Amino acid sequence: MRTELKYVELDNVSLTYDGGTLAVEGLTISIARGEFAAVVGPSGCGKSTLMKLITGLAPASRGNVIVAGREVAGPLKIVGMAFQNPTLLPWRTTLDNVLLPLEIVQPYKATFRRDREKHIARAEALLATVGLKGFEQRYPWQLSGGMQQRASLCRALIHEPDLLMLDEPFAALDAFTREELWAVLQDLWLQRRFTCILVTHDLREAVYLADTVHVMSARPGRVIETTTIDIPRPRTLETTFEPHFIDLVHHLRARIAQARVAA
Amino acid sequence: MSRRWQEALGPWFVVVALFVLWEGVVIAARLPSFVLPAPTEVFATLMQFAGPITQHSLHTLMTTLVGFAFSVVGGVALGAAIGASQVAYKAVFPVLVGFNSIPKVAIVPVLIIWFGIGTVPAVITAFLISFFPIVVNVATGIATLEPELRDVLRSLGASRLDILRKVGLPRAAPYFFASLKVAITLAFVGSIISETVGSNEGVGYLMLQASSRFQIPLVFAALVVVAAMGIGMYAIFAALERRMTGWATRGMDQAAYATGH
Repeated sequence: MRTELKYVELDNVSLTYDGGTLAVEGLTISIARGEFAAVVGPSGCGKSTLMKLITGLAPASRGNVIVAGREVAGPLKIVGMAFQNPTLLPWRTTLDNVLLPLEIVQPYKATFRRDREKHIARAEALLATVGLKGFEQRYPWQLSGGMQQRASLCRALIHEPDLLMLDEPFAALDAFTREELWAVLQDLWLQRRFTCILVTHDLREAVYLADTVHVMSARPGRVIETTTIDIPRPRTLETTFEPHFIDLVHHLRARIAQARVAA
Repeated sequence: MSRRWQEALGPWFVVVALFVLWEGVVIAARLPSFVLPAPTEVFATLMQFAGPITQHSLHTLMTTLVGFAFSVVGGVALGAAIGASQVAYKAVFPVLVGFNSIPKVAIVPVLIIWFGIGTVPAVITAFLISFFPIVVNVATGIATLEPELRDVLRSLGASRLDILRKVGLPRAAPYFFASLKVAITLAFVGSIISETVGSNEGVGYLMLQASSRFQIPLVFAALVVVAAMGIGMYAIFAALERRMTGWATRGMDQAAYATGH
C-alpha cells in the first residue's frame, strides 16, 4: 500500500449520535491519494457514518479525522458524492443537473455565467464518457434508473473533486446494469485517478473496483481487516470468474460472517 | 364521445344538472322566491341588476386580489424562513395554527375599529385567511428536502442561501402553486365576510343590503357571481400551476390524454 501518501486518515475515531447510539468506535483507516478504497460490512455497521465523518458532515466525538493533511472541522468543500438514490433535481435537464456543482463550488461559481459555454462542453463530454450522449436535454424522470445513476456520477465528478464518496451507488440497480456501471466507474477512475471511497454491501463490487477493501465490524463499527486487491487493471466481467477473484470474495465473505457473529 | 371531450364537458353538465334539479325542487315544492328563488329567477335578476352587481363584484375582486397578493408575498417569505430552519419552524408553527383557528369573522369588528369601515379591513381579512395555506405549503416543500441531496450540496460548500435558491424554492414550487388555488378561493371568503360585517361597497355589502330588503333573488344572483369568480380564479391558478411545474406531474397530462380514445 502507498502509505507514504496518506490522503484520508482516521485515527481511533468514535462517534456517538445524539440518542446515545455508539455508531463507530476506535475506527482507524488510512487511504492513499489516488487510491480506490471500498468499505464493506454487515448492515448497520456505521459505513454511512464513516462517509459523514470523512466529509465533515458529522463531527467525530473522539479521535482525529485528517483529509489532505488537514484536520476536518466542518463540511469539506469540493467533495463529490453519489448515493443509492440518484437525487437528481426533477426540474432540471440532465445537463443542468450535471452543471449544478459548478454553480456552487468556487472558483467556478464566480465565473459560471461567463464560462457557461466551456462548462457545457465539459459536461457534454463527461456525459458522453458514461454513455449518456444524446440525453443531455432529457429530464431525470425520463431516464432509466441506471441512466440516472450515470448522470449522478457525472454530477459528482464535474468539478473535478480530489475525493469521490460513493454510498452504495449501485444498490438499487438490477445486476446487469450494476455490472455495466462498475466498468463505467473504473474507466472514469483510471482516467482521472481521484481518491475514491466506495461504501457497499456487494463484495464482488468491492473486489472488482477497489485497490483495498476494508471490512468493518458490527456496530459500533471499526475496521477489522484491510485486504489489498492485487488484480491488475482494467478488470473486466471475465475477471470476476477467475479463481483468484473468487477466492478474495470468499475470504471477505468469511470475515463478514465472523463480524456478524461477534455482534 | 372521446374521453377528452367527456372531461371537458363534464363540469358543464354537472352545473346544468344542478340548476335543473334546483328549478325542479322549487316548482314541485312551490317555494316562494323569498325562501328559495328558482335559477331562472336568479338569472333574470342578474340581468336586471347587471350594472350594480358588476360594480360591486369588481370591487370585491380588487379587494380580494390585493389581500391575496400580500399573502403570496408574506406567505413565501415566512414559509421560506421557517422551512429552512427546523428551530424557526417549531417555534412559529403553534402560533400560526392558533391564529388560523380563530374565525376571521371575529376579528373583522376589531379591524373596523382600527381602520374604519371600507376596503382596508376587507383586504386584511382576505390576507389573513389566505396566508396560512401558502406558508404551510412553502415551508413543507422546503423542509422535506432529501437528506442525501442536502449532503451533496453541503459537501460542495453550498451556503444555506445556495441550498434555498438552487433546491429549496424550486422544490417548493409545486406545493406553492397548489396552495395558490386554495388560497385564492379563501381570499374571496375573507373579503366577502368583511364586507358583510362592515363596508359600503362590494358583493358582501350588496348581499347584506339585498337580504335586509328581502330581495332574496338578488342575494342568490350575487352568490352565483361570487362562485363564478372563484371558479375563474381557481382555473387561472390551476393553469399557471400546470405551466410552471409540469415537471412535478412528470408529463402525466400528456400520458392521460395519450391513452384517451
